[in-house]
Amino acid sequence: MKLRQPGWYRAAAFIFAAAVFSFGLSWIVRSAYGHGHYTHYVEVESILLIGMIAMPLAFLVGLGCFDYWFYWASGRPTRPEDHSSHGATSWKDYFRPNTDHKVIGIQYTVHSFFFLFVGGLMAMLMRAELAQPGRQFVDSNTFNGLFSVHASILIFLFIIPVFAGLANFVLPLMIGAPDMAFPRLNALSFWLLPCAGVLMLASFFAPGGSFASGWTAYAPLSTTAPLGQMFFTIAVQFAGASSIATALNFLVTIITMRAPGMSFFRMPLLAWANFSTSLLVVIATPFIAASQFFVLLDYALGWHFFDADKGGDPLMYQHVFWFYSHPAVYIMMLPGFGIVSEVLAVKSRKPIFGYRMMAFSLLAIVVLGFTVWAHHMFVSGMQSWIRIPMMITTAIIAVPTGIKIFSWLATLWRGVIRLDTPMLWAMGFLTMFTCGGISGVMLSMVPLDIHVSDTYFIVAHIHYVLFGGSLFTIFAGVYYWFPKMTGRMFDERLGKLHFWTTFVFFNATFAPMHIIGVNGMPRRVADYADQFATWNLVISLASFGLGLSSLIFAYNMVASWRGGARASSNPWRALTLEWQVSSPPPVFNFDQVPTVVGGPYEYGVPGAVHGIFGPAAPAEAKATPAGSHTQPTTE
Amino acid sequence: MIVVGLIASAVGIAIGLLIDWFPTVGSKQAHKIDTFWDVLIICSVPVFVLVTTVVLFAARDFRMRPGQENLDGPPIHGNTKLEIVWTTIPAVMLVALCAYALITLSDIEKAPAAGNERQITATGQQFAWTFQYNEGGKKFSSTQLYVPINESVKFNVKTDDVLHDFWVPAWRMKIDAVPGITTHYRVTPDKLTGPAGYPVVCAELCGLGHAFMRSTAHVLSKAAYAAWVTKMTTAAAPAAPAGGGGQTAAVDGKTLFTKGETSTGATACGGCHKLADAGTVGGVGPDLTTAIKGKDAAFIKTSILDPNAEITPGFDKGIMPANYGQLLSPAEVDALVKYLQEVAAK
Repeated sequence: MKLRQPGWYRAAAFIFAAAVFSFGLSWIVRSAYGHGHYTHYVEVESILLIGMIAMPLAFLVGLGCFDYWFYWASGRPTRPEDHSSHGATSWKDYFRPNTDHKVIGIQYTVHSFFFLFVGGLMAMLMRAELAQPGRQFVDSNTFNGLFSVHASILIFLFIIPVFAGLANFVLPLMIGAPDMAFPRLNALSFWLLPCAGVLMLASFFAPGGSFASGWTAYAPLSTTAPLGQMFFTIAVQFAGASSIATALNFLVTIITMRAPGMSFFRMPLLAWANFSTSLLVVIATPFIAASQFFVLLDYALGWHFFDADKGGDPLMYQHVFWFYSHPAVYIMMLPGFGIVSEVLAVKSRKPIFGYRMMAFSLLAIVVLGFTVWAHHMFVSGMQSWIRIPMMITTAIIAVPTGIKIFSWLATLWRGVIRLDTPMLWAMGFLTMFTCGGISGVMLSMVPLDIHVSDTYFIVAHIHYVLFGGSLFTIFAGVYYWFPKMTGRMFDERLGKLHFWTTFVFFNATFAPMHIIGVNGMPRRVADYADQFATWNLVISLASFGLGLSSLIFAYNMVASWRGGARASSNPWRALTLEWQVSSPPPVFNFDQVPTVVGGPYEYGVPGAVHGIFGPAAPAEAKATPAGSHTQPTTE
Repeated sequence: MIVVGLIASAVGIAIGLLIDWFPTVGSKQAHKIDTFWDVLIICSVPVFVLVTTVVLFAARDFRMRPGQENLDGPPIHGNTKLEIVWTTIPAVMLVALCAYALITLSDIEKAPAAGNERQITATGQQFAWTFQYNEGGKKFSSTQLYVPINESVKFNVKTDDVLHDFWVPAWRMKIDAVPGITTHYRVTPDKLTGPAGYPVVCAELCGLGHAFMRSTAHVLSKAAYAAWVTKMTTAAAPAAPAGGGGQTAAVDGKTLFTKGETSTGATACGGCHKLADAGTVGGVGPDLTTAIKGKDAAFIKTSILDPNAEITPGFDKGIMPANYGQLLSPAEVDALVKYLQEVAAK
């Protein structure tokens, strides 16, 4: 019986059962409160609300994400560990809960890129609408929905998970672990994401339109909005749960599963970056979960967390929200720092300059990241004295970031630079992220922030940071590890074409936004004053070019995966462990446990090796500054 | 490379200073903020140029040549002195900028040294601004903002519903309107406006009509402001416009519907409503082509003056501003009703 086996059939049946359950629960509770057979549309609303929580959970159970734990919890014999859910032999294996970190990494990455294209299409629609003043394609409500869903999807379903995906694939390989610490939790983390994504997209079909209060969902707009708002409120819970579970998994994996000899200061910087990011996620993400639960209670049950007339406080929403969402900016950036460190060192054939400072600056950003949330609220009406300490901490966070930029520049210096696709993206990242960082420092200055907050200057800044910053590093990483993930080489010429078209159109799209922002165009508007018409037309045209350039990437990835040249195990001659195994790697990563004997970036050091395979021979550690302080531990 | 970097910085700074970034400088505060921006440009451009130049020169000078396929760079692991330098210099620069920002902030928020400060309450509602004045003990309100030149005005910003943000770009200052509290800022306008005035914008997403929540600010000479106040406090009409003038001519309902009444800031109906006859395509409110079909004049008039009295199914209460009764003169309302009734009867 297919319905008794975990899988898509059972998931569909469970979703149906959850829908019935939602209807029943709503009906019973409403009857108990004396509503009887009352058939006002509000009832549909309560059914949908319960369904939004029940149906994704039922889907996960039906798919089999919880099976092992249920068996274990009920005391039934768990199935013997036959590794049947490990590894992938056909494309179908990517559509079930898989416990292999490499499969999960690819699931995450492909899934995230799907949402990148969806979010990008929404941006195209918005730019089409904004190409001219007045109304052309969509009405105000749809427009507000478009930018809200665009931002939410790209933040919660693209940038954050795609980094988790890349790290999922390479991080255990890099630190010499056979898998992540909690493979089943890892599978669950991934399958929570489509639930969030489907919810967010489904909100377009909600009565009253999709959620339209921006990805920030400020109360009281969000607590008084139509039902579509709840799709965001609940979707964020699923995306957040996924992040937290993944982050815990990374933390435990990094702390406990490093190969013999892999001390913290012999870890590749990508591992450091994900360690720092995971700390941020674990501490910060519960705050957005809390803020959205408050909104849910206000909306659905008439509580008054944010209702000023009844003693609630709309400013509290912003404080709690930004206590997550500011660190989230670094959640979306630190893993990219890790990727760029890998690419730059390998492609310049030089050790990372100031390895330890690079690691410490990551931790400094983590700590400082928690002290700056109120800089989003300089004009929010909060008490004015907070602005000063927040201005100073915000400005100072540029120092560790600057250390990283300068160290990367020093890494480039006197290297033997291979200007191939991953390197172009990494170098493009250096310049574009600097641009976003500079406008960030400008924004930290309260007097200027008063003028430009909530304008297109902010839109420009956030896109320079998240597109020119995060997305460029993501492209660098995808190209860099493509041979390892697929066992094929990508098309170098298409890759370069993709970089240059993206780079040019990216700047043509977002640079003018600085100008119209300072000149007084507010953000999140479906229409604008005629004086901004020319620049908006330029921006819209450039943005279509930017959209088209991503098609080159999509074609390159699909075509190369199907028919690219076979990749050797180490096409970049890198030292880190993931390149010392075959492409793609064997199911349990290493046929022999590696022993780490030196730093990860010892390019130019004669005879340097990062790790050796085979029995932990009394290998002599290379005395290098990055790896000299510990001897390999033997187990 | 250093020479190229210096030249590029100089050129970059020159361009940064030459670009006309800001809208009109319309207040004392604006001057300080614009100067602050120039300082930021001067500090920022060299940082960007430094990074870009190093990247470009590295790409040019250290690019792998044929025959170097197996070559590695020198194993330089770090340089403590260099790292201290590039930690200290940015830190000092940033602290200096913060200090300057602090001084500028206290300057632009300082109360005037002497004399009474004019207080105007700006109230946001979805999706319109109302300004309440208290002149010589008389209270009145308007939907366009009028202030005298060279006098400090303290704005008390409130909201009737959700968050809004009161912003006049020409004055550079903005603050959120937050339910439950009153927020403040002050400006000293120092430039007269023509009849067009300055745009007033809502900068905080407030719902469907956010993009259309605009108004106009007029900076008048002291005499003109006094005359306007007199007119406002003596006139029978609650919000007679100043400097408008043109509405005594025969009112054309269709023009009102498509263009709006600019002197009081009454937004055009067509901005939100679709109406085939007028050729408007707004989608925020109900499609009037069908919504008013066969309705009588009384219904149409009520719907304009008290939009919440009857709501078209599928739309929410409170989206349409309920202040058209104040924005439009009775003659204008009648003209609009007449026009719409003609359409409805077709």
